[in-house]
Amino acid sequence: MSLNEASLQDKPAGTGIGTAPAGKTRILVCEGTGCVSSKSPEIRHALQKAVDEFGLADRVEVGFTGCHGFCQKGPIVVIEPEGIFYCRVSPKDAREIAESHLVAGKPVQRLFYRHPVTKEVVPYYRDIMFYKKQQRVILRNCGKINPEKISDYEAHEGYRALRKAAASMTPEGVVDEVRRAGLRGRGGAGFLTATKWDVCRKQPGDVKYVICNADEGDPGAFMDRSLLEADPHLVLEGLILLGYAIGARQGYIYCRAEYPLAVKRVRIAIEQAREKGYLGKGILGSSFDFEVDLFEGAGAFVCGEETALIGSIEGSRGMPRSRPPFPAEKGLWGKPTVINNVKTLASVTVIVEKGADWFASIGTEKSKGTAVFALTGKIANSGLVEVPMGAPLSTLIYEIGGGIPNKKAFKAVQTGGPSGGCLPGSMLELPIDFDSLTNAGSMMGSGGLVVMDDDTCIVDVAHFFLSFIQSESCGKCVPCRVGTRQMVEILDKIRKGKGTEEDLTKLEKLAIMVKQGSLCGLGQTAPNPVLTALRYFRSEFQAHVVDKRCPAAACRDLVTFRIIPERCTGCQMCVKVCPTKAITGPRAQVHNLDQSKCIKCRACYEICRFDAVAGDAIIIVA
Amino acid sequence: MEATSAISALDAIRQRKKNLIPLLQKAQATDGYLSPRAIAEISRALKVSENEIYGVATFYTQFRFRPAGQYNIRVCLGTACHVGGGQNFMEVMKTDKNLGHGETSPDGKFSLERVACLGCCALAPVVVVNEEVHGRMNRVTFTKLLETLDPPLPGDSAPETPEGSRHEPQ
Repeated sequence: MSLNEASLQDKPAGTGIGTAPAGKTRILVCEGTGCVSSKSPEIRHALQKAVDEFGLADRVEVGFTGCHGFCQKGPIVVIEPEGIFYCRVSPKDAREIAESHLVAGKPVQRLFYRHPVTKEVVPYYRDIMFYKKQQRVILRNCGKINPEKISDYEAHEGYRALRKAAASMTPEGVVDEVRRAGLRGRGGAGFLTATKWDVCRKQPGDVKYVICNADEGDPGAFMDRSLLEADPHLVLEGLILLGYAIGARQGYIYCRAEYPLAVKRVRIAIEQAREKGYLGKGILGSSFDFEVDLFEGAGAFVCGEETALIGSIEGSRGMPRSRPPFPAEKGLWGKPTVINNVKTLASVTVIVEKGADWFASIGTEKSKGTAVFALTGKIANSGLVEVPMGAPLSTLIYEIGGGIPNKKAFKAVQTGGPSGGCLPGSMLELPIDFDSLTNAGSMMGSGGLVVMDDDTCIVDVAHFFLSFIQSESCGKCVPCRVGTRQMVEILDKIRKGKGTEEDLTKLEKLAIMVKQGSLCGLGQTAPNPVLTALRYFRSEFQAHVVDKRCPAAACRDLVTFRIIPERCTGCQMCVKVCPTKAITGPRAQVHNLDQSKCIKCRACYEICRFDAVAGDAIIIVA
Repeated sequence: MEATSAISALDAIRQRKKNLIPLLQKAQATDGYLSPRAIAEISRALKVSENEIYGVATFYTQFRFRPAGQYNIRVCLGTACHVGGGQNFMEVMKTDKNLGHGETSPDGKFSLERVACLGCCALAPVVVVNEEVHGRMNRVTFTKLLETLDPPLPGDSAPETPEGSRHEPQ
């Protein structure tokens, strides 16, 4: 495509995003957490100022949206109706965008997206591979509407599902619709949503509760946060539908306090829904009363477990209890309670609005609908992606994710966070659905997908996840509290080159014991990263215990730092930064590294790469 | 909301206790930490023993019992940040400022926390100073960031000399 000629008139509407009033240009600045931390509100103000300065205010509107999902390229600015996609925008670019694009009709080429491998320039949102290969069902409004305006949501079919349910569906009808759709819980385990609802609906008594679980604690996962920030009403509507279906009058949204923006937008959404009569007494003229409160979690990973979450709302320590009785029978304050994940509730809204058949036509036989992933790690395009269930991992990593950057090789992909597992390259054609991932020893989890290249050490990753679990274990049951601790210690030994082959057997035994003996999902799934690592990357463990070598050159105690004399320019940057004075040498002469003093802190390595003249004179060898 | 007829005694207790975590969060938002006085007040208001309140508060990582420093530095150690080298920043804080997780420097300038995941994984590795997120950091940019927050005084001997106070990280 010839870009130099790409003027605004050549390309009429066709992005399908947003609702620009006829003839008006809309500038949409992404204000999800990722872009906000790169100062996107400043960009919006600068754009507004530039628009005013050039006298464009009557035909150009500057607004903001939630997360576009392509956080890697943030801050993102989209210009409608033509659908030009600008990335890595800074406040300084605002004037040029106004002058060149809006006044002269020449889009600013240098801000276009470039394909990470082919370097091809892609000016339009719809042409970017990252979006092209996705099927956005529950993320459909993300990046298209203003999340703080209920009218934007309503203009995009918002609250149509609730209207439909209130006017023409019985509560049983809603449960049936969800059952026919085959929806499985998106929190990780993949339990059939309608079954859980049915149990709760049939419980006697008229006090029941519904809870939206937005305590997204998995490190490396941010799907729930982005969805709540970009389209909070979609989730709220799902929660109201759930309340209607099981006959609850009170709902809670349990959101992590570490997500201040999501908390703020959910609060606004609840307020606006109340004003519009979607919450309160006699919703939409029916006899259904429903209220929602927001509860801010106080930072405990285990509170993502439903019985611990209940304890937390009740004002206690968030410790799980044994099940049965399940929360659907005895939950919050002993009353029947349904707890669903953010994405499950968003799917419910879509199912009720578009019908079970439509939803069930997406995905595989046993896993219906779409899966949302937070794609991160050593990958070219990180961000939030949604694909139909059953899509292979390779589509996610290579087509949407753009592959591994810096000419490194793919090593493993970690799905399901600390409860999931590391899968090797040979599993890349594995279809992503609940059952395939579980059979492979991993799990769907809530949707974190971390890609690792050959610089990442599997032992180190297993150690990382297990130490996370170990420090987040609530301490109630022995297998989890003591077992994970022992496992972390063994892994640490291996990492330091002090492990033996016997340790590997011990590790495996312990892992199985912790898996079988723990009280809640946290302990039962905690050994997964270790077990999959041992299953698929055993040779790497062997290298650590037998050869005392870390093939990825990542385990500090098993590597050495070397200065390559031919490359060293003698700039003395590393000499200055070395905390133990291990590096010596006068200016302009090759420096010397004293191994006996080196503490392997990487300070020299990094300063050489980023600041020094040579850039690559210091290497780490296994 | 819940009770339709008379509120039972049990419900009254539940309703009070339900407010415990939100109240602790409010107290911390106001004072920056949970002071013994705030806890005593909440205890009286909710009729929940101080002992139990400490039990609940210490369970959750959000709560702190000592004031934070002028610059509260939170180092993200989620998966993406770990793979990207987030641990290095904890090390720099230890070697340069002699601070570990949960500690505040004697002059009240810095406090350090490690957090599990802040959800901006695409910007990994991430460091948050007070509420400001700094993404795509490395050891060099992090050291520079610390220098801008705490510039060495001109003419004054540097607060920590390269030798002496530095210790080997384990």
